[in-house]
Amino acid sequence: MAMTDLVSFWSYLSQGPLLWLTLTLAAYTLGDALFRASGRRPYVNSVMVAVAILAAILWLTATPYATYFEGAQFVHFLLGPATVSLALPLFDNLPRLRRSLLPVAAAILVSSVVASGSALAIAVAFGITGPELASLAPKSATAPVAIGIAESVGGLPTLTAVLVIFTGITGAVIATPLLNAMGIRDWRARGFAVGAAAHGIGTARAFQVHPVAGAFSALAMALNAIVASFVAPLVLTLFR
Amino acid sequence: MIHALLVILSCQLVGEVLARLLPFPLPGPVIGMMTLLAGLALSKRLLALIRPAAQGVLAHLSLLFVPAGVGVIGHLAGLGGHAIGLLVATVVSTALAIAAGAWTFLLVARLTGQQGADGDD
Repeated sequence: MAMTDLVSFWSYLSQGPLLWLTLTLAAYTLGDALFRASGRRPYVNSVMVAVAILAAILWLTATPYATYFEGAQFVHFLLGPATVSLALPLFDNLPRLRRSLLPVAAAILVSSVVASGSALAIAVAFGITGPELASLAPKSATAPVAIGIAESVGGLPTLTAVLVIFTGITGAVIATPLLNAMGIRDWRARGFAVGAAAHGIGTARAFQVHPVAGAFSALAMALNAIVASFVAPLVLTLFR
Repeated sequence: MIHALLVILSCQLVGEVLARLLPFPLPGPVIGMMTLLAGLALSKRLLALIRPAAQGVLAHLSLLFVPAGVGVIGHLAGLGGHAIGLLVATVVSTALAIAAGAWTFLLVARLTGQQGADGDD
């Protein structure tokens, strides 16, 4: 193939969804393989690896995110149906959940207040104020909820989206070593804490570890979607 | 498989409609999850129908966050002079929230006797 043919073939491929959808699955497969090869170490997070690979490819080929998203949107769309599907592990664990109503209620309140309160206190210590501070308050909630809260309290939705994803990856990476260091072995408590603090990305990690942890994580994520809508704006008023 | 997908997407659609009617920001898919949960509690047939499809979607939940994650990289530069403060606040508060959540759960479970014989299963 002549050079000009290659160039026109590239511009044909890079404008359509096929290439970017394929690369998204390939990067994730590679991230997942590395995670397994590492002996399932939490700091080799498959989302983080895939994101780094794809960001490097977009940067090297000067491809705008909008072009990439033409292909990636098919994967992104499944987030909604996947959230609905979390009803299945929740249903399977209903008897366990019923036996944990009080711990569940207490833990979601404490986790939500600590997540917003400590984030805002640290940010204020760094001299962060105004819309940036408001963007930080809902970061432990799942992305669409957090963005809705950010808009209602005068935050920046894009910045909130960044902080939400960063929170999720942080939680997925640190949860296992942190909870091990604390000596907590109850899968309900471990899963619930991760889902409350690190929403869907934390829940995906919890399902990798244990099915009961996954179900409690999914429950915590759903509850924090409700609780954070009230807690985050309330805690924010204490800091401005 | 088509029937299962139809059920799941319909629940999400119902969720999106109800989300517009509620006075506080709750995402459509989360309401859709509660809708499906109610359905599963009512019908054993529905449970058998959606189990393979739901398990299939959930098997690679992590994959679904990759496109949004790639979008985030482009905005990192936009964090500006406050990048360090925002990153420290995010990391430390996430660790504190996990620790506080797990600790509260265990403490209240112990106080109320809801320790569950399945604590270590």
